Amino acid sequence: MSVQLDENGQLRHFLTTEGLDPALLTRILDTAESFSGVIGKSVKKVPLLRGRTVINLFFESSTRTRTTFELAAKRLSADVLNVSVDTTTTKGESLLDMLRNLQAMQADMFVIRHSQSGAAEYFARHVDPGVAVLNAGDGWHAHPTQAMLDAYTIRQHKGDFEQLRIAIVGDIAHSRVARSQIHAFNGLGAGEIRVVAPNTLLPGDIDSLGVQVYNDLGAGLRDADVVIALRLQRERMQGALLPGEAEYFRHYGLSEARLRSAHPQAIVMHPGPINRGVEIDSSLADGPRSVILEQVTNGIAVRMAVMSLVLGLQPETAREST
Amino acid sequence: MSRILIRNARLIDPDSGLDSTGDIAIADGRIVALGEVSDFTPVQTIEADGQWAIPGLIDLAARTREPGATRKADIASEARAAASAGITTLVVPPDTQPVMDSPSVVELVHHRAEAAGAARVVALGALTTGLAGEQLPGMAGLAAAGCPGLSDGGYPVADSLVLRRALEYASTFALPCLLTPVDTALAQGCLNEGPTATRLGLAGVPAAAETAGLGRQMAIASATQARVHFGRLSSVEGVRLMTAALGEGRKLSADVAVHQLFLTDQDAMEFDPRFHLQPPLRDIIDREALRQAVSDGVIRIICSDHQPHDQDAKDGPFASTEPGASGIDTLLALVLRLVEEEVLSLHKALAAVTIEPAKLLGLESGRLAEGAPADITLVNPNAPWFCTNESLQSRGKNSPFLGWEFSARATHTLIAGRLVHQPTQ
Repeated sequence: MSVQLDENGQLRHFLTTEGLDPALLTRILDTAESFSGVIGKSVKKVPLLRGRTVINLFFESSTRTRTTFELAAKRLSADVLNVSVDTTTTKGESLLDMLRNLQAMQADMFVIRHSQSGAAEYFARHVDPGVAVLNAGDGWHAHPTQAMLDAYTIRQHKGDFEQLRIAIVGDIAHSRVARSQIHAFNGLGAGEIRVVAPNTLLPGDIDSLGVQVYNDLGAGLRDADVVIALRLQRERMQGALLPGEAEYFRHYGLSEARLRSAHPQAIVMHPGPINRGVEIDSSLADGPRSVILEQVTNGIAVRMAVMSLVLGLQPETAREST
Repeated sequence: MSRILIRNARLIDPDSGLDSTGDIAIADGRIVALGEVSDFTPVQTIEADGQWAIPGLIDLAARTREPGATRKADIASEARAAASAGITTLVVPPDTQPVMDSPSVVELVHHRAEAAGAARVVALGALTTGLAGEQLPGMAGLAAAGCPGLSDGGYPVADSLVLRRALEYASTFALPCLLTPVDTALAQGCLNEGPTATRLGLAGVPAAAETAGLGRQMAIASATQARVHFGRLSSVEGVRLMTAALGEGRKLSADVAVHQLFLTDQDAMEFDPRFHLQPPLRDIIDREALRQAVSDGVIRIICSDHQPHDQDAKDGPFASTEPGASGIDTLLALVLRLVEEEVLSLHKALAAVTIEPAKLLGLESGRLAEGAPADITLVNPNAPWFCTNESLQSRGKNSPFLGWEFSARATHTLIAGRLVHQPTQ
């Protein structure tokens, strides 16, 4: 039994998009949609999480994820505490101690980012009952709110997932975003998910997750409706995974020219932060196909949705009480 | 010394092929008569009532954590746990702190074991000084201190020339060398490279990490006279290499950790650190190939690869925890389960934990025979028990088999004719 679901199949934590049924995935998107109206208003707050404390516990640096989680919590009227931890001084035992100490401050929810795969699940297994854990990225394993905001953005532009060809391009092996996207899009019934990368950036048996594997960018982009570029970390050059940025861009970098084989209405996405001229050309990232900034905006509504769902709160009930 | 008579036992000796009902007479720490025993006046008689009498188990790879990491376990705790689980000899690798590369450390270990008065502890000497892979330790001195063999202690010698010379020098003193068939650069990960590791976002270890190490070490071994043994095979590819080498008549041998015969990488699906092992848990195809290899005699020895850990070492996200499983409590029960599951015959299963490791290291024990040391385990094959935190006698509670039910257990353990484990009255 998954640790993130309760006995009724409702979210208790949000750790991964793997194994979530279509109804639950759709419910997250629908809830986010109802919140997006709130964001547009001049008074940007709902009192759904009033009196609750959300702790952003980041063991890895992050700007947009932490900020949008913070904004989401604040727009739900929660009290927010940001804690940044230097992982070089942290080991397993102190992780549990830290959790207990923070829990002693009566937190209702932890938003956790950590460099180790499984860290969010570890926290979820150790928090007190009633305390929720949201995974803001664990190692190469999962980044479920990113995948849901991507799904939300895709739905806004393309509607139903069933006919969609989605191509994810870049460092699949070290990407928690790619794994969570694959599970979420498959759960939502996507027509075809492709991963496009050189073999050094593909993890073993990636096809077992339900994707088509392409080494050639042109073939991988053919007739694609959605094209997602992943961030390429500089460390990959040192680890002998890639020869260099120039060759990578030549073969796997996205540009207007490379996108010609894609569907004429294809949208281009990126989870950020962007390495311009490495995985994506500036003119494409800033051009009309790009929905990259919409992704960031949608991140707030999606994170509001997930925060309220894990606490068993609905935006409707919030409206009644206001 | 006391004189003990074990009466009416099913005597099972894989070395001689013996399987018949009879008695065992023990005097001065040795078996003096076997089968029909007459003219023997015991001080103590153990009524076996048809239970099995088998040679005490020899566990070819068990860490006691002493010296160096006694917060996890110590010689006394693990030697007692072993005895209560039917193991009469623990063979300990040299990767202690300090490393067992000098007679003084080896003597310390042997003294502590003697003081504990439970299972025998046999120390393997370090194949290179400090296990650093650069210089040779005083191998003759280690042998004189009681090391029956040498081991790389889980740290493969990277320099091929050093490895060749270490094997050659060891062969001068007829010391068997126990190697870890791993290419360390390829082994940077914590789970089999495959669908499960990919799902969990964990770094995978390919089978090539084993075959690259194994192939290189086999090639170097062939340039020497050394008796070489490979520890902890984990993959179908490794089994294939081993099968081919044996087919060419090479004098090599290999063992497998017993957990590899029961578990797969899918057991780690919930990031449970108890399944973080080295070599990593692999695919069901590998598990089946390993079972077949034991059945075919390609792998002749089964060990527990016992690595007790304190709670902190196994607490945290999967990759950040320390690898290894606590195994001495379940070795006998798991080996007999292979018989229940019809993977192995009873004699073959028991040989893999008695006479085979004894032969590799030139130990006298591991057999039921007149004149042999009286290291004997009495087994009740139908005494169901659950493996729980409380049932574990080892200080290491990191067993991957918690919650499993087993049918066989050791009721009595004799070591050098001394009854060190018996049912609590």
